[in-house]
Amino acid sequence: MKIGIVCPYAWDVPGGVQAHVRDQAETLIDMGHTVSVITPVEDPDTLPPYAVDGGRPRSVPYNGSVARLTFGVKATSRVRRWIREGNFDVLHVHEPLAPSLGVLACWAARGPIVATVHSSIERSRVLVTGYYLAQTALEKISALIAVSEHARRTIVDHLGGDAVLIPNGVRVDHYEDAVPLREWPGPAIGFLGRMDEPRKGLPILLEAFAVIRARIPQATLVLIGPGDPDEVLSDVPAELRQGIVSLGRLDEADKARALASLDAYVAPNTGGESFGIVLLEAMAAGAPVVASDLDAFARVLDGGRCGALFPVGDAPALAAVVTDLLANGEERARLVAAGSRRVKAYDWRSVAHDLLDVYASVTAGQHGVTEDLRGQIVGRLARRRTDQGQGS
Amino acid sequence: MGGWWWVVAALVLLALVGLYLSMTAGRLDRLHRRIDNSHHSLDMQLLRRSALVLDMTASGVFDPATAVVLADSAHGARAASEEDVVARGLAESDLTRVLVEAIPDAQEADDLREAAPDPTMLDDLRSTCVRVQLSRRFHNDAVRACRQVRRQRLVRWLSLAGHTPWPETVEMDDTPPPGLTAR
Repeated sequence: MKIGIVCPYAWDVPGGVQAHVRDQAETLIDMGHTVSVITPVEDPDTLPPYAVDGGRPRSVPYNGSVARLTFGVKATSRVRRWIREGNFDVLHVHEPLAPSLGVLACWAARGPIVATVHSSIERSRVLVTGYYLAQTALEKISALIAVSEHARRTIVDHLGGDAVLIPNGVRVDHYEDAVPLREWPGPAIGFLGRMDEPRKGLPILLEAFAVIRARIPQATLVLIGPGDPDEVLSDVPAELRQGIVSLGRLDEADKARALASLDAYVAPNTGGESFGIVLLEAMAAGAPVVASDLDAFARVLDGGRCGALFPVGDAPALAAVVTDLLANGEERARLVAAGSRRVKAYDWRSVAHDLLDVYASVTAGQHGVTEDLRGQIVGRLARRRTDQGQGS
Repeated sequence: MGGWWWVVAALVLLALVGLYLSMTAGRLDRLHRRIDNSHHSLDMQLLRRSALVLDMTASGVFDPATAVVLADSAHGARAASEEDVVARGLAESDLTRVLVEAIPDAQEADDLREAAPDPTMLDDLRSTCVRVQLSRRFHNDAVRACRQVRRQRLVRWLSLAGHTPWPETVEMDDTPPPGLTAR
């Protein structure tokens, strides 16, 4: 199958949607499909061979934060050319409400279009972005997919219609064989995420770590992710500071290896998580998971059967859970086994099968994706000329 | 002077109304096309499902009694494919129910997989049943979106939809056999 995927955000800026598009494309290619991705990009040299430069992104305020999106005449003509030359069986647009390449692709194409909604958007914001314009793009989409119940509600409440729920995936094969990054002096506890973002909950873990280290003196706290450790750890006593290692931001492969080296991965988040993909990554890498009991986390951990839960923001409870877990090798092994079973349902290989079912149900009996020339007076004339030129 | 003002204002208003009407007509055209496509896809998946079931009953996957009932409802579904949407929905629902009875759990599915001359037959049936369900859902979504536009007063008064018949949803039981979807 020939699949064209549209990514709305800059490829070389880290983000959940970009990672999703990359994993989707690579999994489908591994399965033998032909995939082309068009995406905004800062530096076209960073693109993998299956991706096409959709233009430089501009910073615009969108959906409550500053997003790097691409639009304009030049982007439009690039998208049109990509569709014309791609001969795709199906077009897959990510985040169709973002005023970026996705909307341009919907306007430029006719034929089977599938779209995935990732974030939840308030109606007021949709209205501001131009409800009518969004509608004209949405009406061409044959199948809507939501990655979470949250995203699905956005569609049902604000856009009309329904969506198929296909959750985010994890490339389990990248994690399950990861070789531990290094040996730690004692049991290692890991944290992953922006150190200086309060919602990621590092202060709670630091408070708990003081208690843990008082009981297990060789325990090490491994910090993975961006942020300045000197600033974040400025209030931490020097003695405790010796037990903390900061690895900074790691690439995908090293992140998997760092997770594989842990005796417990802790997610002390206090809110703002809609899915908990990191938990799945830790489970895939074989790290026992301890997480705050946010709805999304409890769901991923199957109510606590695949990982230990503690009340959100409760440092003493976290310390107790982690100390017990570090002392109990049998329980750790049980959590690792349950986790690796659990993560299978979220494996990209199985997610991709669900996607292919959606593709098949919109492409059956269709003739693929072509350029939509309605309303394109200039484009139509130009095309006729080139067609004649090729014909003669 | 005052008279000209009114003429200009009226012309602008007329142009705006014209633009709105042509955009709405374009929207309707897009929606009708989407319905045609989704209906065609659903039709293909349903035909594929009954063909697969007939194939499986002929190749001895099922025990003789189940095979007779399955083949009968599959033939019924194929015969109804030319009939109106209600009759077809009933016939396809019958096939769905017989399939659910025939493959009630994963154990049964495993036994059938062993009996099948080609084990991928069961996987084909699973994906076709899932695709029937998805296609119907996408089709009914398209119908709902189209009806919303066609209910607008201006669209009705000026009959912007032309002679295109009122879009109908497809109503049927499309539950995939539980034995095939259990993981």
